[in-house]
Amino acid sequence: MTARLTTFWKNLWGGERAVAPTVDEPATSAPVTAILPAVDIAPNDPLLAYLHNVNGPVEIARLQMESPALAEMKATGVVICVPLVSQGELIGLINLGSRRSEQEYSSDDRKLLADLATQAAPAVRVAQLVRQQQIEAAERERVAQELRVAALIQQTLLPQSLPELDGWGIDAYYKPARAVGGDFYDFRSLPDGKLAIVIGDVTDKGVPAALVMATTRTLLRAASERLGSPGAVLERVNDLLHPDIPARMFVTCLYAVLDIQTGHLLYANAGHDLPYRAGPGGVEELRARGMPLGLLPGMGYEEKEITLSPGDTLLLYSDGLVEAHDPQRQMYGFPKLRDELADFPGGDLVDYLLTTLHNFVGPHWEQEDDVTLVTIRYDGPAHNGALTQLADFTLPSAPGNEREAMAQIAEAVASLGLSPDRLEKLKTAVAEATMNGMEHGNRYREDLPVRLQAESDGQQLWVRITDHGGGTDIPDPATPDIDLKLAGLQSPRGWGLFLIKSMVDEMNVIDDGQHHTLELVINLAEKKDTD
Amino acid sequence: MEHKTFDAAIRHTDGVVAIDMTGDIDGAAEAAMNAAYAQADAAGSDPVLLNFSDVGYINSTGIALIVGLLAQARKSHRKLVTYGLSDHYQEIFRITRLSDFMGMYDDEASALQQL
Repeated sequence: MTARLTTFWKNLWGGERAVAPTVDEPATSAPVTAILPAVDIAPNDPLLAYLHNVNGPVEIARLQMESPALAEMKATGVVICVPLVSQGELIGLINLGSRRSEQEYSSDDRKLLADLATQAAPAVRVAQLVRQQQIEAAERERVAQELRVAALIQQTLLPQSLPELDGWGIDAYYKPARAVGGDFYDFRSLPDGKLAIVIGDVTDKGVPAALVMATTRTLLRAASERLGSPGAVLERVNDLLHPDIPARMFVTCLYAVLDIQTGHLLYANAGHDLPYRAGPGGVEELRARGMPLGLLPGMGYEEKEITLSPGDTLLLYSDGLVEAHDPQRQMYGFPKLRDELADFPGGDLVDYLLTTLHNFVGPHWEQEDDVTLVTIRYDGPAHNGALTQLADFTLPSAPGNEREAMAQIAEAVASLGLSPDRLEKLKTAVAEATMNGMEHGNRYREDLPVRLQAESDGQQLWVRITDHGGGTDIPDPATPDIDLKLAGLQSPRGWGLFLIKSMVDEMNVIDDGQHHTLELVINLAEKKDTD
Repeated sequence: MEHKTFDAAIRHTDGVVAIDMTGDIDGAAEAAMNAAYAQADAAGSDPVLLNFSDVGYINSTGIALIVGLLAQARKSHRKLVTYGLSDHYQEIFRITRLSDFMGMYDDEASALQQL
């Protein structure tokens, strides 16, 4: 007897039709005259419903129905078939051709076949389940391996250490979701001493996202070496990335350049979550327009700038934070982030935000996306006694140039975090001192410039205004008295030095015989907290 | 910081004359300021309101000009009342004691209310 066991089962992985692995019967000593080919039975074939409801062997020749499978069985010489049923489920068929003796199957043969089917069905079912589990395990391992590769790529490319800069506290936090996303951040020291800061997020997850992230990071690094401006860097990377990025993928990215001496930050944004500045002055969203990288070629990126003050912290983050959900499926969201930042009492912003996140999502949170936080805290100029030169420039002695002096000094000291009131006073003192220098020291001779210098050690600010009127005795002007002035006993003028002295903590006069210098001193430490 | 040319115009309001000043009060403002005050003086206004709302910068020469106006006003027994000075210049008016001789108010309504 030549028999071939043909089985079928539902396509467990959503395929179009059933598959029919075959199991050959063990070889016997007798020669095999013919092997029946496997027969696939489509799920909608009426033969399937028929076989599901019969018991024992079925004579194929007696069946009459519109069934492609039946026709095929008849054509290939199947004479009798025995359904294999396990736990009510049809899991296969034993198909047999003609007996080698050419005689018909006897009732004993049929009983033997029925018994065989009864015993074989559970064994075949077990074999099917084992095979199915093996396939599922292999799939799970494949996914796990992909996640390991993605995580490895990502972890390898994130900075292994954070920049340590006097006067600055830089912190970063990265926690991947189970299906690793494409978050990344990077720091890079630029040749001019400034610090490039990057945060980005690749759409999609797993290995494809990790590879795009790696490419983007490399392109950003290369562009930042050649191009100083954040807008130009993003424009260049977008144009390089666009032709090669897989369809439906793109990268959001914020690129900023921080002047660590002054706190000045220049930034551009390719569709990334808006960074925040949080500090004593309140919370501010840092907006700049730009399309995500890789979507469209030839994009331009708006550049914006701010100057961080001491006590300010800059927050860069990815959407894993703001898109986290609480047990009621409410989203953390931007309004909450802004509120939390407004309540930030200072200190470690990463710890603070993670606490707000964990309180929000509760203990059974299943993280949906990577959570990345980068914080840059400005503590103010390093208090190590080292002097930081903030300004050194000259202006021609011409009426009105005191305004330029005010503007340039105000910009130069922006990083010191003077209160608006103290800054206005300093500006008035600088303007009056510059006017004095131009008028009395240099007689408004345009070939004799006034020099302005500003420097700070973090505790004090010195602004020096130097003219060419050294070596001449400048009489100490009388203290202006408004009663005398109103009575016509004193000139209405003569307020300059009085105003300067009133506007600063200390005023010194230095004369080297050639030059005359007014030194204005502002104590930074003692007034910073009280203003 | 750009220089903003000074200008002053007189305006009759609520029975008195207000001098609306715009721009920077420095040495270059002298002629315009004195001319505006002369007009207010000729109108016989008492007090004369000085509107500083659109003044962004006053230097020591500008302070001297205001002292000059105040001296003129006192000679003719008129009051000068100011409003619209920024916090910074209010403080300068206090330091120089100009505020001892001129009322300082936040806006025109408050200044008129005190007359």
